[in-house]
Amino acid sequence: MTTTQTEPLAYPFNEEEGLALNEAYAAAREGEGMIRVQLPYGEPAWLATRYADARLVLGDNRFSRALAREHDSPRHTPGNNSTGILAMDPPDHTRLRTLVAKAFTMRRVEELRPRVRDLAAELVRDMVAAGEPVDLVENFALPLPVAVICELLGVPVSDRPKFRAWSDAALSTSSLTAEEFDASREELRAYMRGLIEAHRVTPADDLMTALIEARDVRDRLTELELVDLCVGILIAGHETTASQIPNFVYVLLDHPERWNELRENPDLIPAAVEELLRFVPLGAGAGFPRYAKEDIEVGGVLVKAGEPVLVAVGAANRDALQFDSPEKLVFTRESSQHLGFGHGVHHCLGAPLARLELQEALRALLSELPGLKLAGDIKWKNQMLVRGARTMPVGW
Amino acid sequence: MSWQVEVDEQTCLGSGMCAALAPEWFSLDGEHATPVATEVEPHEILLDAADSCPAMAITVSDGGKEIGPRP
Repeated sequence: MTTTQTEPLAYPFNEEEGLALNEAYAAAREGEGMIRVQLPYGEPAWLATRYADARLVLGDNRFSRALAREHDSPRHTPGNNSTGILAMDPPDHTRLRTLVAKAFTMRRVEELRPRVRDLAAELVRDMVAAGEPVDLVENFALPLPVAVICELLGVPVSDRPKFRAWSDAALSTSSLTAEEFDASREELRAYMRGLIEAHRVTPADDLMTALIEARDVRDRLTELELVDLCVGILIAGHETTASQIPNFVYVLLDHPERWNELRENPDLIPAAVEELLRFVPLGAGAGFPRYAKEDIEVGGVLVKAGEPVLVAVGAANRDALQFDSPEKLVFTRESSQHLGFGHGVHHCLGAPLARLELQEALRALLSELPGLKLAGDIKWKNQMLVRGARTMPVGW
Repeated sequence: MSWQVEVDEQTCLGSGMCAALAPEWFSLDGEHATPVATEVEPHEILLDAADSCPAMAITVSDGGKEIGPRP
């Protein structure tokens, strides 16, 4: 490619229905340099699509998330919603992250496995009792992570219908005006403030109580940071896992030989979860731009200080320079090192919990419903940052 | 007085957390992170890195006594 791209390409590329990776990514990854893209709102950005470039941008502290607030940052919605821990740089980010990191380490999360396994088994029993067809999203994929994060954080699980609506709004790319988006966010904050006050009166053995103590006793965070951290944990703690459970099932049903491989050898489930995290391009398009704090070369392009770069994790996860036969679903890769949980300081805080939930979800379905199949048309979410089924009727 | 820093490469997942948070102390060139030096001047950020590691692969000790990750 010798011509210089003059106009940024309209972005995102991916279709909302299904989980395909748009071919424009492969073209960008295999072409020279980086391409320029234009999201519906904000300034144009560079798009990193190669594995090495993605890891550099996500993992190098010469790139900043906090600077997005000071720019007309590339985004899917009219409002510039750069709030919360994902919009912070160290040391502010570190101060908040260390407060919650311990609740999500592999060791702590592993203690939850028996509980998650029981929940998954119980949900499958209820599905069988209800009789096919059953919506896998409403009856399995959502209630499992919602129950886990509610118990961990200290949120009543019966409030699920309420915070689901706010969660949808927070991740929506639809035509919510900036005012509507703000109104929804304030409702969710008010809801969380109410729960925090209740915990102050009656402390419990949960993460919210621990964070309240960090604020009230040790003054480690502001009240708004406390509220937004709890909101972030509640939403991030269920939305992506709830999307990935049906996504993984969808991919496995499309690869029946892989489904059968897991039925015959359930010890492969952890490796399968890693491979599916690599294989499934979850995002409808890259978001959360990183701003260069100084001039820095990425993928043969000099990114100038103050310019944003978007990282297409789904494309990087299919880079043949990092993964052999990247378009194939293989559960016996020697190492994975996928970027499904991101990379660097913003590497998914809940990754160990997500892994555990995905493993136990697959384990329950494979062992109890080995003949699992689609029993109707999937309705896909639309205009959301995260792709996945809205409803997925299944039989067995 | 110095602290000792270790990264257990069996448990390290290569999340990039430590190398991004404290690049003067940790590097991630291959699949696993390594401390730039094993004997280092005490610094709070080392404890932050040990606390933040999603794999709990970082250990910080002071004269044989484990001080990070913090309880």
